[in-house]
Amino acid sequence: MVLLSTPVDYLPIAMMFVVAIGFVLFVMFATHWMGPKHKSKVKLEAFECGIESKGNSRLPFSIKYFLIAILFVLFDVEVIFMYPWAVNFAEWSKHGLAAFGEMLVFLGLLVFGLIYIIRKGALKWE
Amino acid sequence: MFSLEKLVSIIQAWLQSTLRDPWAYVVVCVMVGVAAIALFAILGLMLVYMERKVAAHMQIRLGPNRVGPMGLFQTTADTLKLVMKEGLTPDGADKFLFNLAPFMVMIAAMLILAPIAFAKNFQIWDISIGVLYVAAVSSVAVIGILMAGWSSNNKYSLLGAMRSAAQIVSYELSAGLSILAIVILSGSLKISDIINSQADGWWIIKGHIPVIIAFIVFIIAVTAETNRAPFDLAEAESELTAGFHTEYSGMKFALFFLAEYINIFIGCAIGATIFLGGWMPFHIGNWEAFNHVMDFIPSSLWFIGKTVFLIFLIMWFRWTFPRLRVDQLLNLEWKYLLPISMVNLLVVTLMAIMGWHL
Repeated sequence: MVLLSTPVDYLPIAMMFVVAIGFVLFVMFATHWMGPKHKSKVKLEAFECGIESKGNSRLPFSIKYFLIAILFVLFDVEVIFMYPWAVNFAEWSKHGLAAFGEMLVFLGLLVFGLIYIIRKGALKWE
Repeated sequence: MFSLEKLVSIIQAWLQSTLRDPWAYVVVCVMVGVAAIALFAILGLMLVYMERKVAAHMQIRLGPNRVGPMGLFQTTADTLKLVMKEGLTPDGADKFLFNLAPFMVMIAAMLILAPIAFAKNFQIWDISIGVLYVAAVSSVAVIGILMAGWSSNNKYSLLGAMRSAAQIVSYELSAGLSILAIVILSGSLKISDIINSQADGWWIIKGHIPVIIAFIVFIIAVTAETNRAPFDLAEAESELTAGFHTEYSGMKFALFFLAEYINIFIGCAIGATIFLGGWMPFHIGNWEAFNHVMDFIPSSLWFIGKTVFLIFLIMWFRWTFPRLRVDQLLNLEWKYLLPISMVNLLVVTLMAIMGWHL
């Protein structure tokens, strides 16, 4: 199995990137040019259902969202670790159950961590 | 029989005979780019029309039926209207980030399009890390949403973006784990390998109950990741107006709207590829005659059919389930779906060791 790849193999990413940027740029400029441009002070205010908006809206928000993001980073890294294991699993499982046992330990630790954060109340919303 | 594979080989042969080497490649690139943009436009128009029609029929209405035959041109007319509107940037907004956000969302949507196999041998980019690439790029859209919500300087937008980000990021985990179940069974991340491993039966049939569980988890995760009802509290109309794109107008709004529908299509296309066999026709054991009839249906139709079926399923959810609260939403993911998909992954590995799926 040859899995070596050269930078040229990744050219389609660059191409799609350029196509996406070009498309959005074209659409934004074309509609900016075509559309009307009547600006007034009231029109440029932040929309709050007709009520005058008070103060800055970049307010402190619930820390829970931040916590969720951190938990995601932790767990997503673990999931990424499983990808190479999953690809090679069929090959390894021919030589005994070692690969399965190791993943059992890994997932066991992960579930233990999950139970810990739930017990600690990381997901409690008042 | 019509096949996209033949069309591509004819075009390629013609290009190579008429143009010198680097230029043939450039022309192919341009054609792919134009095709991708055309696909975007058609998908956007058709999915919005489908959404409205499905919604209408579920509520015993007719839906759009005035513009064109059966209202087919309704969405085109709506798009034309949006094109002619003014794209405002509010005074308090961070002007640079506000205008950058639609780019981020569209780039993410466009990049995931590359490895999707639309028909037999009809794929922009068949890379060895296909599924991992999809999982990685699909999280980039979150940055665009956070950018849009924060830069708008609007309380609704900020709250909507926060909810949306927490939700997308959480459900990413169980989506990744349920994709892993199939990676274990097929032993490859390459999209074409995954499809070829389903030649003798789609994984949802071959994989018994564990794969069906993975499929259900994946569909729930896709519904949540695309911010659709019952998980649409990021743009819950009655409390947050429109969530993170409240301040957007004109074509900037349309780009978010388009990206949302493209993401539904992409999520469903990945689900159809991984669990339902992509372009692979439906075969039953050794019923030769039946299999031949199924082979006669073009592979592109199989792919589109499966994807549209999944999209219909997600549209159906919207009119079936009531909206969740944010704590219920996160509980569902962290306390139920994540442990279930972890245990399910172990069951799938056990199945792979025992060879029950063969």
